[in-house]
Amino acid sequence: MILDILQIIFSAEFFYASIRMTTPLLLAAMGGLLAERAGVLILSLEGMMVAGAFFGFYGGYITGSVWFGVLLAMIGGALIGLVYAIATVSFNANQVVAAVGVNMLAVGVTSVIFRGAFVGGAGQATGPQFLRYRLHFLSDIPIIGDLFFNHIPLVYLAAIVFVLVYLFFKYTDWGLKVKAVGEHPLACESVGISVTKVRYLTIIVCGLIAGIAGSTLSLGYLNRFVEGMVSGRGWIAFSAIILGGWQPVGTLIASFIFGAANALQIRIQAYGLNIPFQFLLMLPYLVTLLSLFIIGKVHSPAAQGQPYSKE
Amino acid sequence: MSILQNVQDYIKNLKFSMIILPVFSILLALIFGSILIISIGVNPIEAYKYLFTGAFGSWIQITETLVNAIPLIFTGLAITIAFRASIFNIGAEGQLYFGAVFATWAGVTFSLPIYIHLPFAILMGFIGGMIWGAIPGILNAKKGLNIVIVTLLMNYIAIHFTDFLLNGPLQQPGSWNPQSSLIESTVILPIIFERTSVHAGLILALALAVIVYIFLWKSTLGFKLRMVGGNKKASENAGVSIDKTIILTMLLSGGIAGIAGAVEILGKHHRLITGFSPEYGFDAIAVAIMGRLHPLGVIIAAIFFGGLRAGASVMQTAVRMPVVAVSVIQGLVILFIVAGTAADIDWSKIFKKGGGLK
Repeated sequence: MILDILQIIFSAEFFYASIRMTTPLLLAAMGGLLAERAGVLILSLEGMMVAGAFFGFYGGYITGSVWFGVLLAMIGGALIGLVYAIATVSFNANQVVAAVGVNMLAVGVTSVIFRGAFVGGAGQATGPQFLRYRLHFLSDIPIIGDLFFNHIPLVYLAAIVFVLVYLFFKYTDWGLKVKAVGEHPLACESVGISVTKVRYLTIIVCGLIAGIAGSTLSLGYLNRFVEGMVSGRGWIAFSAIILGGWQPVGTLIASFIFGAANALQIRIQAYGLNIPFQFLLMLPYLVTLLSLFIIGKVHSPAAQGQPYSKE
Repeated sequence: MSILQNVQDYIKNLKFSMIILPVFSILLALIFGSILIISIGVNPIEAYKYLFTGAFGSWIQITETLVNAIPLIFTGLAITIAFRASIFNIGAEGQLYFGAVFATWAGVTFSLPIYIHLPFAILMGFIGGMIWGAIPGILNAKKGLNIVIVTLLMNYIAIHFTDFLLNGPLQQPGSWNPQSSLIESTVILPIIFERTSVHAGLILALALAVIVYIFLWKSTLGFKLRMVGGNKKASENAGVSIDKTIILTMLLSGGIAGIAGAVEILGKHHRLITGFSPEYGFDAIAVAIMGRLHPLGVIIAAIFFGGLRAGASVMQTAVRMPVVAVSVIQGLVILFIVAGTAADIDWSKIFKKGGGLK
């Protein structure tokens, strides 16, 4: 059996599937990283992804265009972000409890509209789906070409978002400001950086990106919305930020590990090995838990989770 | 004079935090919720009418509400203990599943006299939840892992594991359904109101609320727990072990959530089935927050949200408003209360100049 699993791990299909499964996690984690570095505990990622998954499908369904779906998903994610920002930044609400509230709200609102708008046949309604887009020239490179450059466009978009976030933190003044707000909000205010503004903006941009992450599920993997389809990916993306040490490259690697765990569980199921499938379904969560355990104590942004008020 | 002033201030604060804020939040949630209801083409007044008559309209409806409230009181108390220590246990759902599994095992495996069997099964539920609560507690205290994320991930693991048991070791022999055998009659919690489904779990839940109150406010351990919740550094300086408090809190919180699972099986379902919990572990957070982390408040909030669930089924058949709308109300109530508590708003001045924000 171990040989079979090794055979799966060292196959090109597995690597390809891992990239596919990493995409939503990477997107959500990159969005989350922006807010996290500004000192916000971004436990609302799950709710943003739920909104993205539903509104992505809904936008695609009513217009027939996947890209309009993505746009609506971004708006949905950003709205959830806005609610979270109002509660935690303006009203100083406890971030963990507010996140639980926001996630419940996202699940409730999307399910109500889903069942309300598709009376009778909610389960059957299908929308458009992203097709693979082969990047010419690049995809002609032997072996690597097919693995990296023959994916749905959202995969490339995730890569672009990663590069942008990386450059943002490394080379821009704004990146520096965001990091400063996460470490020393008080000092920032004294040099004229508005903590409130930075946190609002990062949370909303995070919502935009996490919305795309959610739409990957309903426009990329499937062509429809299924209640509960996000199934904890927001939490796993959050864990990827911790495991990645709040650094873009680290978070990318962590996202890939978790994406691969998900791909492995699907491949093993398809392979028909004699392991109860419930254990395979547990695998992504177990791998996440185990990797958090291995990494142990972490150094988070100093002002993380602290409400900030000018006093 | 100044003492009288203090007492008056105290009562004013209590009235605001225990009564005005929750009531105000519910009303606001219902108003916001009605926007959503209108948007899918349903009359909100009609929907709310069915929601509330479905919850409290008749004796049968009220008993249905009480049956729903039982697990919510237990899980609400579990969350209360954890949140009082500022330990954000979001894993009551998983702990409830483990409690249900352990209690079911005790209920189908043994044949004992009722006065031994029933307490034993409930104890097993407590132990099951305790084990599932202890793991994140230890990981947090000893390894510094984020308790929110660990408890959340463990929910998924517990649910899949239960599903495995119901399709394997715990499955009813000869059955193709994901369910266990029926538990022995000696572990069934008796019905307390004739011709209803209200079972003795209600009495246990109310008794536990009293115990939790005494524990939190009248015992040294409870004092330490609340102290850690208020200020970690100060309590450490006072010689309270933070690690021990975290682990103890998670043991108790997990154990109580485990009893919730046990009581659901022993009182309501009489066998373990998949999906026996419509996310009681998450609803518990709304219950605990609305109950202002106080046992009495938890009981009231559990009856309220238990009622919403009962009423929502009636609403669903009457006006095609899905049951899941309750999540919207719950989410909004959580947000309003938690924002209202932290915002430090002077409510007596809210309608005057300056809007009341200090």
